[in-house]
Amino acid sequence: MTTPQNVVEVRDLRKTYDDTAALDGLSFDIHRGETFALLGPNGAGKSTAIEILEGYRRRTSGEVRVLDTDPEKAGLDWKARLGIVLQSSGEVGAVTVREQLTHFAALYPNPRDVDEVIAAVGLEEKAGALIRKLSGGQRRRVDVAVGIIGRPELLFLDEPTTGFDPEARRSFWALVRQLQSEGTTILLTTHYLDEAAQLGDRAGVIANGRMVDLAPIDELGGADARIPIVRWVEQGAVREERTHAPAAAVAALVARLGGEPEGLEVIRPSLEDVYLDLVGREHATDLASPETVMETR
Amino acid sequence: MATHPTATGEAGARPASPALGSPIARALRLGLLRIGYEVRAYFRQGDTVFFTFLFPVVMLTIFSVSFSEASFGQTADGEEITAAWFFLPAMLAAGVLLSGLQNLAIDIAVEKSNGTLKRLAGSPLPVVSYFIGKIGQSVVTGVLQAVVLLLLAFTVFQVPLPEEPARWGDFAWIFLLGVITSAILGIALSAVPRSGASATAVVIPITLVLQFISGVYLRFSDLPDWLQSVASIFPLKWMAQGMRSVFLPDELVVLEQNESWDQPGIALALAVWLVAGLVLTRLTFRWIRRDS
Repeated sequence: MTTPQNVVEVRDLRKTYDDTAALDGLSFDIHRGETFALLGPNGAGKSTAIEILEGYRRRTSGEVRVLDTDPEKAGLDWKARLGIVLQSSGEVGAVTVREQLTHFAALYPNPRDVDEVIAAVGLEEKAGALIRKLSGGQRRRVDVAVGIIGRPELLFLDEPTTGFDPEARRSFWALVRQLQSEGTTILLTTHYLDEAAQLGDRAGVIANGRMVDLAPIDELGGADARIPIVRWVEQGAVREERTHAPAAAVAALVARLGGEPEGLEVIRPSLEDVYLDLVGREHATDLASPETVMETR
Repeated sequence: MATHPTATGEAGARPASPALGSPIARALRLGLLRIGYEVRAYFRQGDTVFFTFLFPVVMLTIFSVSFSEASFGQTADGEEITAAWFFLPAMLAAGVLLSGLQNLAIDIAVEKSNGTLKRLAGSPLPVVSYFIGKIGQSVVTGVLQAVVLLLLAFTVFQVPLPEEPARWGDFAWIFLLGVITSAILGIALSAVPRSGASATAVVIPITLVLQFISGVYLRFSDLPDWLQSVASIFPLKWMAQGMRSVFLPDELVVLEQNESWDQPGIALALAVWLVAGLVLTRLTFRWIRRDS
């Protein structure tokens, strides 16, 4: 059963295509009012998971509750409480931005005001334009507008800002914060870790269909993952040391080598480093060179 | 953003989302809304307006002009039956097929592959409302198309139109039953193309062949008996025969199979196809290709 605090509950979710496991025992909860970021490389299973929660795909096994309902058995009343921004915009027939939003607003019992939503996504100037004549980033904003027009309790944002310029991304973040302040629960997938850090309360990192970490964003990877790294080159090989006292380590190194170490770096792992380390460990356990890890991005 | 506060009170309180109300009333209300939405989008689509909406008009013009010297028989009063008069019912029937079957089979296959149906599947739109919108779009555009054809025939080509109200009553039921059957068969056929890009290639040959064997482009009475029998399996032959029964002088009934307009047969054949289309739609229509 979904407790009142949990909008989404996933237990041991599995999805198998032929013999390949796209999702291999996923478990997580999303609390009411929080923004949960689902991170992971392409092909890790993010979209499969989100589409099972949205009711688009069937699961092979496991338990899923979304708004206290099994998505496979859910009806129109349940859909009226969701907002879905799909990963791909697709195409829209010959309708204008305002027509599309007015139409979708009519499908929901308690919609937001069309003009307010158009303003919130910054499309006032394009309200009368045919959607297919808009740029990719503008069409994405229409997708977001359609996703929130029904005043959803739970909003799915699947890579919502792909194709946005930095300014559009900032204003999208402001919009999401507004939704958060109104109590909307959000499930966000994104390839932009700064976006996850900006918007997310907690994050789950998926790799190879498994949840490799699940924590508040600034605790991902555990405390050890953020220990600074001292890296240098010695006798042609890259060496590194993790230490809470990098300055002392560098001083000791200089003393030992009797001079300036070659290729010296002191690195404080960023969220991106922590993330790459997490998915890299899972993704390429036997190919742990830094170059290989970078490619999993 | 929205200035209204959401109904979310303290943590854990569920927003009071009003129920959607009576499902049937809601499906009808949203269906009517969809008709407006679909018709508006239809007329903004230049290619469908030309190939579906204006095509029979263009064909009637071409046939009327190119066969203007040919004779298609005489009425009892000795009046010449012109090419325009002879082909008007055929083009009305073709319009019914194009506005319903060809239009919807292609349109829905495209909407399936371009993400429109996936988007709708995630919204609380009842599938019945979607169908009402599509069928309504076919009826509205089909009626407008018939009006254009009748006006063209009457004003430009001086085709005498029936004066008896009973004939227009026949026209009304044959047209409505025809266009609704044709629309539902279009929805069913939309499941066949594997992608939106292939939809035109799959659907147009079907409608083209039907038009050739059902007495739209070729005089039905000139076709061999076996081909007439084959055509009688499909609905277009019956729509064309129905339109001839309304618009051609009664003397030409001798050219029909069994020398009869056979209106009960028309009603029966179209009703059978209507039911078959509903069953097929029920079995095959999916918002999205859901994996197993």
